[in-house]
Amino acid sequence: MPTPKPGVAHPHLKPNKLGLTLRDYEGAPSTLCAGCGHDSITAAIVRSFYELETPPHMIAKLSGIGCSSKTPTYFVSGAHGFNSAHGRMPSIATGANAANRELTYIGISGDGDSLSIGIGQLAHAVRRNLDMVYVVENNGVYGLTKGQFSASADVGSKSKRGEANRFAPIDPCALALDLGATFVARSFSGDKAQLVPILKAALSHRGFALIDVISPCVTFNDHEGSTKSYLHTRKHLLKVVQADFVPPAQEITAAYEEGTTITVTLHDGSTVRLRKLAPEYDPSDRARATELLEHHRQRGEVATGILFIEKRAADMHDINGTTDVPLSKVPYEKLCPGKAELDKLQQAFR
Amino acid sequence: MEDGLRPAGGRPHAGKSGASKTSPVEVRVNDFALKLANVNGTGSASANGLLMQAIFRMGIPVSGKNLFPSNIQGLPTWYEVRVNKSGHVSRALDYDLVIAMNSETYVRDVKEVRSGGYILYDSSWPLDAALARPDITFLGVPLAQMCNAIFKESRERILMKNIAYLGTLVALLDIDMHVIDELLDEKFSKKKALRDSNHAALRAGYDYAKEHLPCPLPIRLEKMHATDDRILIDGNTATALGCVYAGATVAAWYPITPSTSVMDAFKEFCSSYRRDPDTGKNNFCILQAEDELAAIGMVIGASWNGARAFTSTSGPGISLMSELIGLAYYAEIPAVIVDVQRTGPSTGMPTRTQQGDILMAAYASHGDTKHIVLFPANPEECFTLAVAAFDLAERFQTPVFLLSDLDIGMNDWVCPRFKWDDAYRPDRGRVLSAAELEKMPRFHRYANENADHVAARTLPGVHAKGAFFTRGSGHNKYGGYTEIPDEYQEVMDRLLKKHRAAAQAVPEPAIRLQTDATFGIISLGGCDPAVREAVAALAERGIVGDYMRIRAFPFGETVERFLASYDRIFVVEQNRDAQLRSLLTLETSVPKEKLRSILVYGGFPLSSRHVVDGVTSQLQQERS
Repeated sequence: MPTPKPGVAHPHLKPNKLGLTLRDYEGAPSTLCAGCGHDSITAAIVRSFYELETPPHMIAKLSGIGCSSKTPTYFVSGAHGFNSAHGRMPSIATGANAANRELTYIGISGDGDSLSIGIGQLAHAVRRNLDMVYVVENNGVYGLTKGQFSASADVGSKSKRGEANRFAPIDPCALALDLGATFVARSFSGDKAQLVPILKAALSHRGFALIDVISPCVTFNDHEGSTKSYLHTRKHLLKVVQADFVPPAQEITAAYEEGTTITVTLHDGSTVRLRKLAPEYDPSDRARATELLEHHRQRGEVATGILFIEKRAADMHDINGTTDVPLSKVPYEKLCPGKAELDKLQQAFR
Repeated sequence: MEDGLRPAGGRPHAGKSGASKTSPVEVRVNDFALKLANVNGTGSASANGLLMQAIFRMGIPVSGKNLFPSNIQGLPTWYEVRVNKSGHVSRALDYDLVIAMNSETYVRDVKEVRSGGYILYDSSWPLDAALARPDITFLGVPLAQMCNAIFKESRERILMKNIAYLGTLVALLDIDMHVIDELLDEKFSKKKALRDSNHAALRAGYDYAKEHLPCPLPIRLEKMHATDDRILIDGNTATALGCVYAGATVAAWYPITPSTSVMDAFKEFCSSYRRDPDTGKNNFCILQAEDELAAIGMVIGASWNGARAFTSTSGPGISLMSELIGLAYYAEIPAVIVDVQRTGPSTGMPTRTQQGDILMAAYASHGDTKHIVLFPANPEECFTLAVAAFDLAERFQTPVFLLSDLDIGMNDWVCPRFKWDDAYRPDRGRVLSAAELEKMPRFHRYANENADHVAARTLPGVHAKGAFFTRGSGHNKYGGYTEIPDEYQEVMDRLLKKHRAAAQAVPEPAIRLQTDATFGIISLGGCDPAVREAVAALAERGIVGDYMRIRAFPFGETVERFLASYDRIFVVEQNRDAQLRSLLTLETSVPKEKLRSILVYGGFPLSSRHVVDGVTSQLQQERS
């Protein structure tokens, strides 16, 4: 496979192993509102791929419809993009992955795209343990249609027009845990230090990795009374688990004291070190993760960090028993049984 | 006759009354129709299938139509068998013999026997005197009593009744017992006990008939060689086989009658032919989706990524897929969609046939969309057109529909053996290789169209230069987002030209010309056997017409020429709204008045009588 050519040289930008700088992982300029939380997530994604040294053309970036779903245009312009239909990104990603298991799949979705119109597809992508990173850019509001509540809006949270939401919110992390997701994390768009290691760990995880990122909407949901505003999130955000990602090649240094960190080795040999801020938190315990979410929810807190990891779970291809060669590359000669076999088979149709 | 209705002393009885009928006996060899009336879920399907298969193996042209309810157990179900030495095997509406095994439907089953015909019933219980018909012969066999005497378990007693009436039919119709024996041996080669039970039941029904009934009846079978080089296969199995031979590797679907057996068969073929002998791993991925929206999404994702992918569904599934079909059309992603049509609208009659999705398939999705649609008429074409569907989808980078129906898909048809040319290689269309991309200064997804108005595409992961952004939103020819009218229209106009170009590439219509034809008949899909028979029958009466069977949309020159050749053209189709006629008036230059509709849409397969009656009555009206 051809190595991508380095972009324009910026002496101050440090190239990665592929000779690509951070700039090479950027995309088109954002057309979202200035200060949008989504743009911070985009920046974190750019950094994650740069640091992981993923060849851009081996990345498939997919999305549905909504403000969040516009963002794949804004990162890694050298990746293959697919801006599909509202709530249907998981199925497009499933088919894409079925055809070529060699690519790295990242799907960007929002709370409307994932928790309302697309909740069925999200649920079933989780069930299949589709090998992809699924980012929910969660702002509790429909931005493109100008401010309706989404299914993640908290009860009592106020819209810009002062109307209070009356329906119970759906928590994508709780949902994913319940459906059997093998990697579940939550972060905040304004916290790149936490988000980048989480993204890198998710990208190195084999299986479905859901990251719910609280991402305030500066235009429609950043006022007093909104529970997804910058102010509210900063006030109630709680780092339950702090993560540090270590790629496979990098030597692990003992930066953290024993007893307060746990090292999880991912399938590609990389490790994620979790600094356990909550006492005795075990990220491999699904029930504990659910309990943790509920515990903090009751206190009005947003628990963040890598909440759950299940390593070595069979992904969609393992379950299907798919050949290791991407199906799109299996030569036709291997796929067609041929004339002699057809003649033989037809003896049975007598 | 009377004996058959009121058995003496309340004991089951069947007299040789048939033989004493006074009407002149017309012996009809290899030319009659049977109807078997059963209760769904009692095992009759297996016996009826054996009956048809035995006739097929005797070398005689035959068809079997399963008229079944949307039910697992308990509701009435019918199976029709038509035998015709000349090869006309569309559904017959005159039944020479009705095998009445469902007391609930006795009344209507008795009514359906043609005058001079026969009814076979279970004489274990007396028949209601109200059923009496002096013009038909009642043949009673105490099937339940016989099976109760032979078998102990209640389930076996019910199941074996079917094989027992098959035994009776062997005697009545002069079916070659050796052929039936052979079939049972093959079927139960690994289950000796079952084979023995089946043979016992078969023999009981046969022996009783030989002793008590006028065997063989004047309607009877004689060996021929008309099916020696043929196969017996249903359209859904043939479609699945076509998908295997086309090299499809990803299939996504949601279960729906009557298309489910496409995927069942695909799965079975894949487990035979697509396991890597070295690793034991699968060179295929079948995804049972959460719904049809996801199924088509998976197909689009897989095709975008370079696999040959398809889905199979029925009308309700297409309704759900419509949004993403528009995405595939606009973003120019191949997709093969098998639609095994059933009776709509809404849930409609899921186990009944119709051609009600023609317009929906042609224009599926919002905005300006037009699709390539292929219309197979039989299982053989399901096989060949499935392969063609993938080639067209990739050549034109667009969704292609294979529009089958329940009658073709789920009934067994006698077909010529499928042929395959090992020199075939898939037409993958314009896909740029890494080497080609390397040489290019820059790749633009929708620029540099060829004569078909198709631009080259790239597959993800092949080369850094091949990366582009696929989107369903407004885009210009470079693939960039746009809301500029001219840029948007430029792409839309090319898509229309591309669709028109496909008219030259899709399968040509099948045309049968006659000398001195005064009108045309147009039809499509599963109507074909009935229309062919009708055209022949009409010609015998001096009503001579030329017949064109449309095999694809968009329509090409040949269709236009045929339309221009007659003042009067009958369009035969199985839907209420004359969808094919509408499509012809919308998409060709034919004046609307020229096209007269013959529409049959009650859910059962078409009969030639429908067509003959339709043509003659309209011609009569014209004269009066």
